[in-house]
Amino acid sequence: MSVAQTLPLIVITPMFGAALLVGAGRRLPRFAAETLGCLFAAGAAVLALLALAATGSSAGQPAEWVGGWRPHNGVSVGIVLVGDRTGLGLATLVSLLVLAALAYAWRYFAEPPRRHAGSFPALVLLFQAGMCGFTLTGDLFNAFVFFELMGVVAYALTGYRVEEARAVQGALVFGVVNSLGGYTTLLGIGLLYAHTGELGFAQIGNALAGSPGTPDALLIAGFTLVVTGLLVKAAAVPFHFWLADAHAVAPTPVCMLMSGVMVELGLYGAARVYWTVFAGPGGMPAADAHRALLALGVLTAVLGTLMCWQQRHLKRLLAYSTVAHAGLFLMGLAVLSPAGVGGVAVYVLGHAGVKAALFACVGILLDRFASVDEHQLHGRGRELPWVGALFGAGGLALAGLPPFGTALGKAVTEEAVGGWATALFVLVSAVTGGAVLRAGARVFLGLGTRPADAGRHPADETAGEEEPETRGGPLSRIPDTMLTVPAVLLAAALAVGLVPGLRTGIGQAADAFTDHAGYLAAVLHGRAAEPVPTPPPHWTASGVLWGLVATALAAGLALWTVRRPVRDDVARWTVPLRRMHSGHVGDYIAWFLAGVTLLGALIA
Amino acid sequence: MSAAPYVVAGWLFLMGCYGLATSRNLIHAVGCLAVCQSSTYVLLLAVGYRSGGTAPVFSDIAPGSRPVVDPIVQALTLTDIVIGATVTALLLSLVIQVAKRHRTVDPDELSELRG
Repeated sequence: MSVAQTLPLIVITPMFGAALLVGAGRRLPRFAAETLGCLFAAGAAVLALLALAATGSSAGQPAEWVGGWRPHNGVSVGIVLVGDRTGLGLATLVSLLVLAALAYAWRYFAEPPRRHAGSFPALVLLFQAGMCGFTLTGDLFNAFVFFELMGVVAYALTGYRVEEARAVQGALVFGVVNSLGGYTTLLGIGLLYAHTGELGFAQIGNALAGSPGTPDALLIAGFTLVVTGLLVKAAAVPFHFWLADAHAVAPTPVCMLMSGVMVELGLYGAARVYWTVFAGPGGMPAADAHRALLALGVLTAVLGTLMCWQQRHLKRLLAYSTVAHAGLFLMGLAVLSPAGVGGVAVYVLGHAGVKAALFACVGILLDRFASVDEHQLHGRGRELPWVGALFGAGGLALAGLPPFGTALGKAVTEEAVGGWATALFVLVSAVTGGAVLRAGARVFLGLGTRPADAGRHPADETAGEEEPETRGGPLSRIPDTMLTVPAVLLAAALAVGLVPGLRTGIGQAADAFTDHAGYLAAVLHGRAAEPVPTPPPHWTASGVLWGLVATALAAGLALWTVRRPVRDDVARWTVPLRRMHSGHVGDYIAWFLAGVTLLGALIA
Repeated sequence: MSAAPYVVAGWLFLMGCYGLATSRNLIHAVGCLAVCQSSTYVLLLAVGYRSGGTAPVFSDIAPGSRPVVDPIVQALTLTDIVIGATVTALLLSLVIQVAKRHRTVDPDELSELRG
């Protein structure tokens, strides 16, 4: 069996597992259902790893034309899956993280309703299938279909605990905003089809090359609309509002997946569409794309950081840190160079491990104390030293402590962006990491004064009283899986920074990812062309230094804050920012429209 | 081929967004989302239309004997409708849960998640 033929299996395996669990779930005990879920997730992970290993050494980008609908003379109506190293690498990351989330959820949830033991693992497997399909697809319309599949499953998973008032509200807002983003993408796809008569990435790129010159209004509109939907998923400002609301209420294993990979897949989609479709002759001028992505990236990083620091609800705090990091990723991609893509790829890998581990620690707190509020939990985490250690390590890694993968990714990305961006990268890392360390110091060490009235909170703020997610009150002891999973995830984030082979592989993947002509040749004509090699991501002295500076800043910021008394009211300058994040779906749609206009103005 | 279908598609999308932004009822908001989506149906079908074309079904006409409209966009529209049905059903079921838990479907009165 060739590598190309395994590509559909990576998508079908979890989908089949989900179907099996839905069909047989009524008769299965919980143990069997969860074992089956883990098996299918692991199966897809093994397939993706094998395919990745098989393509690792060659420049080939195996393409599978499903059902044998191959192109004739460069024209095709078939469905194509392309397994380049970036796509397969992301599919591997998705599958491994799904496995981690399922293992974490092993004894986590309340006893599922009788005869519904299979529904949670089945939904997670469907989520995995949608995400893997999105990473491997080679055409725009299927990208939209997989985008919607992962979207719909994510709404359902967010509102999984339907008996909870906040969960259903967050899921609804998430659903409305993301679906509207999806339809915007589809409008853009329609315009591009009208322009070129093609749907495949490579085919559209090929057709656009026939009419070089400055892009016309139709092309600009198509690009703007397609990218808008993907940026909604990527939580770029001002499309980011759904993220904190969804993360605050989603079950913890789902937060691990949404923050760890789903948001990053939106960025991957935007980058993929740019390089395969628009980077060649007749596409979008690089300067326009650079300007738009960089402006949105800076906005996202700054706003995410400001909001992250203000949170006392731990899940919202982590969610806004994801927004801030998505902004940094966007800035790295905006460089439009292999170095930027390689740096972001390392950063995304490291961030996935660290952020998922942090969410896992918060999930343990939620189980023990039925709260994720920084003030209410003050000092109560002292009985959980291991969780505290993991949480602290996660905070340091988020701030960019070498040799974590996050530090390497940050260093390479900030070097690729260059100039003033280094300051922004250091500040964003320091403040988001500092916010996590501050919360950790208060909760696990009991530092600082205990807030007098932790139950009270101003109307503009979300406090962290949440329903516990585990069965019949807190578990008698923390299951080993709940502690092992964050430890393994942090170790993986460390390995991303330390294993040299991974860096070389990512460097090669980034070279191929940014090679427009090579992708077209590989998909349309099956010719493998070696891209121009560039140096892979590597440690530099200045990168290590800035990582240490950011970590020291984060620790200093955290210590300085916990020594000061806790304010009863919110700081006055944050009120307008907080009012923006109103939790009102109508407001979010208005921001969405403003965002589309802004993006169009930046591109045109 | 007139520009009218494209104008209609743009109008539907913007009106759906307007309804979403000003909605005072979540069921109405989900309906507005469906209006937004119907603009994609109109756009796709308009893109595939050929003057004087007939349905691309070759059971009673010989291939090549007369123009047919583009079958690809019709397949896309059908897929799109299936997705729309799923999304609408899921969102409406969430609205039912919101109504049960919050005792209201007015988004102005849902104020638990802010800041």
